[in-house]
Amino acid sequence: MKIQEVIDELKSYDGQPVKIMEVCGTHTSSIFKNGIRSMISPKIKLISGPGCPVCVTSAAYIDRLTEFSLKEDHCVLTFGDMMKVKGSSMSLTEAKAAGGKVKILYSPLMALAEAREHKNIQYLFAAVGFETTAPIYALMMEEMKQKNITNLKLLTSVKTIIPALSYICEREKNIDAFLSPGHVSVITGADSYRKLAEKYKKPFVIAGFEGEHILAAVYEIMRQLKTGRYEVKNMYATAVKEKGNEKARALLSEYFEAGDDFWRGIGIIENSALRLKKEYEMFDGGSRIEGINEEMPKGCKCTDVILGRKNPAECPLFKTVCTPLHAIGPCMVSSEGACGIWYQNS
Amino acid sequence: MCVAIPGKVIEIRGDYARVNVMDNITDVNIKLVDAGIGDYVLIHAGCAIEVISGEMAEDILSLFSELQEDRYEDPGSD
Repeated sequence: MKIQEVIDELKSYDGQPVKIMEVCGTHTSSIFKNGIRSMISPKIKLISGPGCPVCVTSAAYIDRLTEFSLKEDHCVLTFGDMMKVKGSSMSLTEAKAAGGKVKILYSPLMALAEAREHKNIQYLFAAVGFETTAPIYALMMEEMKQKNITNLKLLTSVKTIIPALSYICEREKNIDAFLSPGHVSVITGADSYRKLAEKYKKPFVIAGFEGEHILAAVYEIMRQLKTGRYEVKNMYATAVKEKGNEKARALLSEYFEAGDDFWRGIGIIENSALRLKKEYEMFDGGSRIEGINEEMPKGCKCTDVILGRKNPAECPLFKTVCTPLHAIGPCMVSSEGACGIWYQNS
Repeated sequence: MCVAIPGKVIEIRGDYARVNVMDNITDVNIKLVDAGIGDYVLIHAGCAIEVISGEMAEDILSLFSELQEDRYEDPGSD
């Protein structure tokens, strides 16, 4: 089948309006970069989901990081995306400007050399992310154990996507299908969506990140909807296996256990956290934060954006007072947040 | 945050491999995968998270031929 035939069919669709949620921020970016919306019927709506871990991290978590960075001989290690996210009073960028020690790393594994080199400094790694990143934290702890590194801890806010999708399916009945996140699926496997597809009777199609991948996945979803099917289809088979990366999953089971977690803009989602097991609490830098109940800024529609009810342009703050340089809501902060992506591309 | 890029393994040294990513050579942890020299791996945050079966272009070609096969098998489609 030629790609033009796929585009022609998707473009000429004139049936019932269809809403497809792309869960992953990288898919949202790719949809813009490849002009996917211009290649499909306006009756097929592509909406963003909760797939930006930075955007759903609580302000209380950021507060722990900023407080730590401001202590003498303490240093926070983090991915760059986290720098601009506001806590209740400041972001890591602002803490750094106020004299805090914050260092951006590309990989959690780089933290090991940093800690071994500066033994007089206490390090805290901002361990955020979904299933894609979590096994790397497990590798990090394995190496900390082997090399007896004691001046490095993890502040974990590791979230899992399947409970979040279940939460959305339960509440947002008008979403017809899901474009499943490609790189989370590399770890969790195609099989991880089967129960959801069966229970909520929705197609879950795993897609890669090229424009062609996304078009093919949308086409597959439309075909399933047309024929009344709700299947898990792996259209990123180059990288995603049925059971995922089993070595990575075994490491996750070794170091982490499920717990309830707070998602900024959503609230508590049951069993959506990967928390360090008790036997590994020596690596924990105080990750347990109880009783978080954070309101979104007044007028901010990030909750509706994360749950697929609105697109960013429907928020009254978008591009008026909320911009990447002066972000009000968390979805504008990260380059993978839905509002940040819409801002850059519209 | 879940961005991952493919690279080709050119040398293995214990738990790490030298990998060619778009003509940049970088060291990547390979403990989560069974990678050999010449394999393509998908790299996230300094770590290979999967061995991929070939170049992405080949994958895309097979994707569309799969859609074609489905179309003929699918009795509901027109």
